[in-house]
Amino acid sequence: MQRIGVFVCHCGSNIAATVDVKQLVAYVKSEPGVVYANDYPYMCSEAGQAMIAEAIQNERLSGIVVCSCSPRMHEATFRKCAAGAGLNPYMVEIANIREQCSWIHKDMETATQKALVLARAAIAKVNLSTPLQEGESPVTKRALVIGGGIAGIQTALDIAEAGYEVDIVERTPSIGGRMAQLDKTFPTLDCSACILTPKMVEAAAHEKITLYTYSEVEKVSGFVGDFTVDIRKKARSVDADKCTGCGACQEKCPSKKAPDAFNRGLKMRSAIYTPFAQAVPNVPVIDRETCIHFQTGKCGLCAKVCQAQAIDYTQEDAIITRKYGAIVAATGFDMIKLDHYDEYAYSQSPDVITSLELERLMNAAGPTGGHLERLSDHRQPKEIVFIQCVGSRCADDRGKSYCSKICCMYTAKHAMLIREKYPDTKVTVFYIDVRTPGKNFDEFYRRAVEEYHVDYIKGQVGKVAPQPDGRLLVQGVDLLDARQLQIEADLVVLAAAIEPSEGVRPLAGMLTAGIDTNDFLTEAHPKLRPVESATAGIFLSGTCQGPKDIPETVSQAGAAAVKVIGLLAKDRLRTNPCTAMPDVLACNGCSACANVCPYGAITYEEKEVAAPGGRETRRVAVVNSALCQGCGACTVACPSGAMDLQGFSNRQIIAEVDAICR
Amino acid sequence: MQIDHKEEFRPKIVAFCCNWCSYAGADLAGSSRLSYPADVKIIRVPCSCRVNPMFLLRAFERGADGVILCGCHPGDCHYSTGNYYTRRRMTLLFSLLEFIGIEKERVRVEWVSAAEGAKFSETMNDFVKTVGSLGRNIRLGDLRCRN
Repeated sequence: MQRIGVFVCHCGSNIAATVDVKQLVAYVKSEPGVVYANDYPYMCSEAGQAMIAEAIQNERLSGIVVCSCSPRMHEATFRKCAAGAGLNPYMVEIANIREQCSWIHKDMETATQKALVLARAAIAKVNLSTPLQEGESPVTKRALVIGGGIAGIQTALDIAEAGYEVDIVERTPSIGGRMAQLDKTFPTLDCSACILTPKMVEAAAHEKITLYTYSEVEKVSGFVGDFTVDIRKKARSVDADKCTGCGACQEKCPSKKAPDAFNRGLKMRSAIYTPFAQAVPNVPVIDRETCIHFQTGKCGLCAKVCQAQAIDYTQEDAIITRKYGAIVAATGFDMIKLDHYDEYAYSQSPDVITSLELERLMNAAGPTGGHLERLSDHRQPKEIVFIQCVGSRCADDRGKSYCSKICCMYTAKHAMLIREKYPDTKVTVFYIDVRTPGKNFDEFYRRAVEEYHVDYIKGQVGKVAPQPDGRLLVQGVDLLDARQLQIEADLVVLAAAIEPSEGVRPLAGMLTAGIDTNDFLTEAHPKLRPVESATAGIFLSGTCQGPKDIPETVSQAGAAAVKVIGLLAKDRLRTNPCTAMPDVLACNGCSACANVCPYGAITYEEKEVAAPGGRETRRVAVVNSALCQGCGACTVACPSGAMDLQGFSNRQIIAEVDAICR
Repeated sequence: MQIDHKEEFRPKIVAFCCNWCSYAGADLAGSSRLSYPADVKIIRVPCSCRVNPMFLLRAFERGADGVILCGCHPGDCHYSTGNYYTRRRMTLLFSLLEFIGIEKERVRVEWVSAAEGAKFSETMNDFVKTVGSLGRNIRLGDLRCRN
């Protein structure tokens, strides 16, 4: 029989205001196995923990139940406390009477009754608990960063500076990401490329950083400290070691029909290309879909003009398999597709553009050389309308429910830059709210209104109608004046919502990292663990976790790096002892368990076991506890009930069921 | 036999929640103060695939009126494939329940992610309502376990 202690936490008034803690203490004392019960205002405090430790020693407790907040919050705290007092940490159970009880029920009687049931279920479980020993696993001192935008670059640089090897995997031919596409950055208006490119070069030159551009993560297996990742290095058709980056091939390439993704399709590019002038690495790739040589077998002009003889049409995709201790997702964002917003005539008129397209149009390296013009007739627009929240804060399922966070600020920036460069241009902004919470953000917005006289109108636009004369009729409403408006504009700019990059869903699957309904990767705790995913060893950096501007992205990137460094600094990690355990007496070696194990943790051995009328040698299951992650799939698959899961055994779960139904 | 009509029927509900998604979803429902009836009692399991269909039958035998099993969305399982096993096993259990004449609405399988506190709360409210309208589980309950 166990000697169980029950500790009821008030959590200030969080629990005690709704659950009668004294009644709970009195009730649990009559439960089987309970020899001690007490309550305390904050069980997780030093004094609370001291009380637990003292009771463990004085009462010679063999198991404890803490009735408190979620085990996801403080299970580790109380396990550590128990271990400190000489009790096996796996003899600790938490009854979650805060998140699952006091916070969701208002009536004291109801909440107290429920707390009693939750407590007795936990007590029933501890009665059947057994001490478990943690194993150890080694840590591979190398990190993988997926995504080479500013988030990935910053994370990699910070990790590398601490002395650990880092690999960056980037899908496109160059690192740089979205930030490389921007012209200026708010609220300081400094040039995006000027602050980004030195970091790109630093990352490429860093002895601890290896870049895998034009590459994608294909397979991830393993667990924290010991991931194995397959990286597909797509065929570049250019030998990176020989290429000097002179650009002759791109100049001579006769196929210039592919939309230039870096310029958001506003321009065509050659089949052999580097996405932009400052690309890192400055080695072009051949887009085999549009290359004449790959399509027809002719041409071969690039190979002829390349003095370094770097063109290699025979190159093939390579799979690189590497081990990593930690993985950081930094996959970034994209603008939503505007198919569902046809009232803004985005698909009908080339003069209705997104903000990111405007960014390219205003960039000196962009398709117009930095000259702002209408794409239809190359005239300079005299009247520009900005429409905010296109797909953001959307009540229906056409768009996104969230605020994209960066649009208010970049629109103020665009408006200001346009008024600065072309003072005779009239700029109107339709907004729902202007949100400027950030250092020097509101001052920046006010400058747009007060100094640059940008016309901000609170209201939404119902329709943008292209006119026969090529102009655009914007029909909107001014909510503050309660009147309908019709504005003739030359250019309409849509602040389209941002969403996680394409492909994040299958990647999240590979990483077993959680994802929310909007496909943003989920952090382990929204406040206290913002850069870790719920899966150990997987970290989040930048906008893959949620909308962010550049300063926020950079700080989160640094935070993720610190977490990675903290992990890589360890030589060994403790492993979860809640692993599967076969009962060799009942096992008949049928392989049902091994067939469902996702980790290949189950093998079979010929073993001599007890059998009716003596002993016999037979095939039985063996679990490799270093590989087993403790999901329990095998326990249910086993037809003879021989497989059980330590820490969540059949008997324990049934005892909980019984206690709840009693 | 006397029947007390005044007392409202409160169903006994056991909810199995996987540690990584649904239990965290329940925590989020709690910290967001999104209430659901106290009839729901949660048992934490590492993965929905840890739940043996026999556990559900055991709950019914012991007097539960409804059992709900929550896991990560298909494709999002922390252990890659656990919830796919759950889905198959529970499909079989539904067939069994139908075969033996138990309302299969007493069992539900839901995918609730760690970010879906609201969904967790809505699901539980709805499930309690459904089971409440079905009334007491008489057929599967073991009379010897009644108290």
